[in-house]
Amino acid sequence: MAPLDKNADEAPKVVGDPFEIPQLECGAMADTHTFEAAPEHNEPLGFPGELLDNWQEVAIAKMGELAEKNRAFQVYLDACVKCGACTDKCHYFLGTGDPKNMPVARQDLLRSVYRRYYTFAGKYFPWLVGARDLTKEVLDEWYTYYHQCSQCRRCSVACPYGIDTAEISMAAREILDTVGVGQKYCNEIIAKLKKTGNNLGLNPKALRATLEDLEEDLEDETGIPVKLPLDVKGADILLITPSADFFAEPHIDGLLGYAKVFHAAGVSWTMSSYASEAANFGMFIGSYENMREVSWRIRQAAKDLGVKRIVFGECGHAWRVGYSFLNTLAGPFDFLDQNYPIPQHIMEFTSDAIDDGILKIDKSKNDEFIMTYHDSCDVARGSSMGRKEGGQFDLPRKVLKAVCNHFYDMDQDTIRENTFCCGGGGGLLTDDLMDLRIKGAKPRMTALQQVTTDYGVNKMAAICAICKTQFSKVMPKYGYDMDDIMSVHQLVANAVILDGQDAEEEQDAPEAAAEEEK
Amino acid sequence: MLSTLYAVLFYVATVILIVGTGMKVARYARTPAPLKIPVSPAPRTKRGVWFRMFREVAFFQSLFKSNKWIWIFAVLFHFGMLLVLLRHLRYFTQPVWWWVDLIQPIGVYASFAMLAGLGGLLLRRIVVPRIRYISNPSDYLMLALFLGIVISGMGMKFLMPVDILAVKQFFLGLMRFQINELPAQPGVLIHLGLVAILMIIFPISKLLHAPGVFFAPSRTQVDNAREFRHLSAWASQLPPLPEGIPEPEEGK
Ligand code: HEM
Ligand code: SF4
Ligand code: SF4
Repeated sequence: MAPLDKNADEAPKVVGDPFEIPQLECGAMADTHTFEAAPEHNEPLGFPGELLDNWQEVAIAKMGELAEKNRAFQVYLDACVKCGACTDKCHYFLGTGDPKNMPVARQDLLRSVYRRYYTFAGKYFPWLVGARDLTKEVLDEWYTYYHQCSQCRRCSVACPYGIDTAEISMAAREILDTVGVGQKYCNEIIAKLKKTGNNLGLNPKALRATLEDLEEDLEDETGIPVKLPLDVKGADILLITPSADFFAEPHIDGLLGYAKVFHAAGVSWTMSSYASEAANFGMFIGSYENMREVSWRIRQAAKDLGVKRIVFGECGHAWRVGYSFLNTLAGPFDFLDQNYPIPQHIMEFTSDAIDDGILKIDKSKNDEFIMTYHDSCDVARGSSMGRKEGGQFDLPRKVLKAVCNHFYDMDQDTIRENTFCCGGGGGLLTDDLMDLRIKGAKPRMTALQQVTTDYGVNKMAAICAICKTQFSKVMPKYGYDMDDIMSVHQLVANAVILDGQDAEEEQDAPEAAAEEEK
Repeated sequence: MLSTLYAVLFYVATVILIVGTGMKVARYARTPAPLKIPVSPAPRTKRGVWFRMFREVAFFQSLFKSNKWIWIFAVLFHFGMLLVLLRHLRYFTQPVWWWVDLIQPIGVYASFAMLAGLGGLLLRRIVVPRIRYISNPSDYLMLALFLGIVISGMGMKFLMPVDILAVKQFFLGLMRFQINELPAQPGVLIHLGLVAILMIIFPISKLLHAPGVFFAPSRTQVDNAREFRHLSAWASQLPPLPEGIPEPEEGK
């Protein structure tokens, strides 16, 4: 741990070009090895507790199975021409200079083994095509470098064939899990969720108490009893939101924002204590079965509560699972109201409410903020929103511009589908990877520094719980404050004026309330 | 003797190329994609996906956006190769199709484009440390093979003309299962030998990117997961999960 901390303190404050390509530094990150899971973390997920004796055999067989079961895995392993277009697209490579963090090199860690056992060339001419045997060193290398990939898919956008390193990294993690080598952070959390319904292990009682406290804060602030309902049967909308929204800043302020929007729209809504988590770490470990089990809770909660619609809160990978996978994993949702997308994103809901003129907005409430917006990878490259292609980029910006007077985008090649990862996605948001997280945030932070210099941007908004947590940790290393990252619905909450809200009294209340929550 | 050897070589190579690649394609097509993973912004309709793929194959759109140098060399090489291949149809048709005749003049210069493209790609592979790092011997050999084909071809065209009519007779013969005399000139033998090697390695090498591009789920899937339930065959066979919500345990 000591060297990690040392590096963390040395992180550069002022950096220049977000795309600056570092010198190759072989082995620079070879010792960054996230904590391994204990048996009690692996077993609840259906994986062996510890490294199997016949791990090699099992791993090779699993690789073959994945090639049969997943077209992406098979085609991507065959198709790469080593053109190099992806090599400078990964924020972890740009931040660390370790060549094994170049997307194609990351794929090759596994491709080289796949070739050895499953291709003609690799079987008979291994030296020619860089094929190698699966040894313990190789397995360790997989563990190291497949846990330095946030599965952000930026490399896939760059590749002429769309080769998605995230798919390879998910497959690699699944192989590792299958032989008993899990990652503590992800597997512990999934096990916790299976027990309590959320990543935090928050039980229903504690959750209810937290929500009641927040309701009080809201009433103090607005003078209006805005509710944060839990387990209300017969509500119209079930809100599925990341559990960070219940306890961390700036996430909570986002949750208050959803509540205000629902209140203003006059809809009945609820959260569920059984499915009190939008996050689905099953995706990070590439486990279809675990992802399905986690998603299944949402279906059961929706059925049990008898809701008509499902709305997701601000969470990046949860929205990818929600938008792209939920129907597959836990559908069909024929018991819900088919007039609305299933599921819907809170941004779609708020955007519609703005269009319908339901929200009364005072933009000047956010005048002290000069905003930019960070597109979260899973939202940007793994999902969509609204009725038009690219809605996942346009809707959040539209909502932001509707509630703020000052908005500037960062460099075009660092936003929308080219967005840089926050550096903490894909199951890497753990303190034992802090060094990697700080370095991986560099391209994003550099692009932010540019708009700070050019336009005086002082806050960045995001709609992902991981991004928010990551930024509040790493922004101080780059010369910002931890609260310079905001929830989009936090800004919505600031600007929305509820019916009956005393215009005088709430003049300076929002900041005061935000202070108190600490 | 030499003619027979080359005839057999070309029959074998053709079978390997067609059967091998066909088997690979069949495997790609058969393998399910368990989840919807189009890299967004992705088209929401099938037509949109066709259009997207057209842009990828015809213009290398993503490569253009991600790396201009590789794009330039890739376009020079591939479109040069396309023209050269079309031009080569004249050796397999009698009478030669009118449009093949039409492209003869450009076809000749296309070989220079190929050469420039290949040279650029090779240079990048050697000079750019990132690309050198990811290159295996096979990657250099592949470029060398293509360079060998192009250079021997250009040599026959521009330096040491060969009896091209006899070569044409040889191939027309092969297509009718008869072996005609192949002129034993070094240019011809080298060029054809390398082409046969290319055909043989096609289904076992990275040349599979050509069919592969049409099977990459990240590009070829329609972005409509919310509207249509996508379920793979194996996933539909998974044991059902329990219905309902279990009673909360005491004391929690
Ligand atoms: C659908 C058709 C095809 C598409 C879309 C396509 C696309 C590409 C792209 C984008 C690259 C990467 C850039 C580069 O390194 O040149 C590439 C590389 C390559 N392609 Fe193709 N290609 C196609 C067909 C073919 C065919 C039919 C061949 C040969 C028979 C071929 C041979 C190569 C070779 C050898 C490379 C590697 C060049 C290097 O080593 O840098 N391609 N292709
Ligand atoms: S998915 Fe993201 S983190 Fe992983 S290799 Fe690609 S660019 Fe890097
Ligand atoms: S861009 Fe695609 S084809 Fe090129 S090296 Fe990267 S993964 Fe391979």
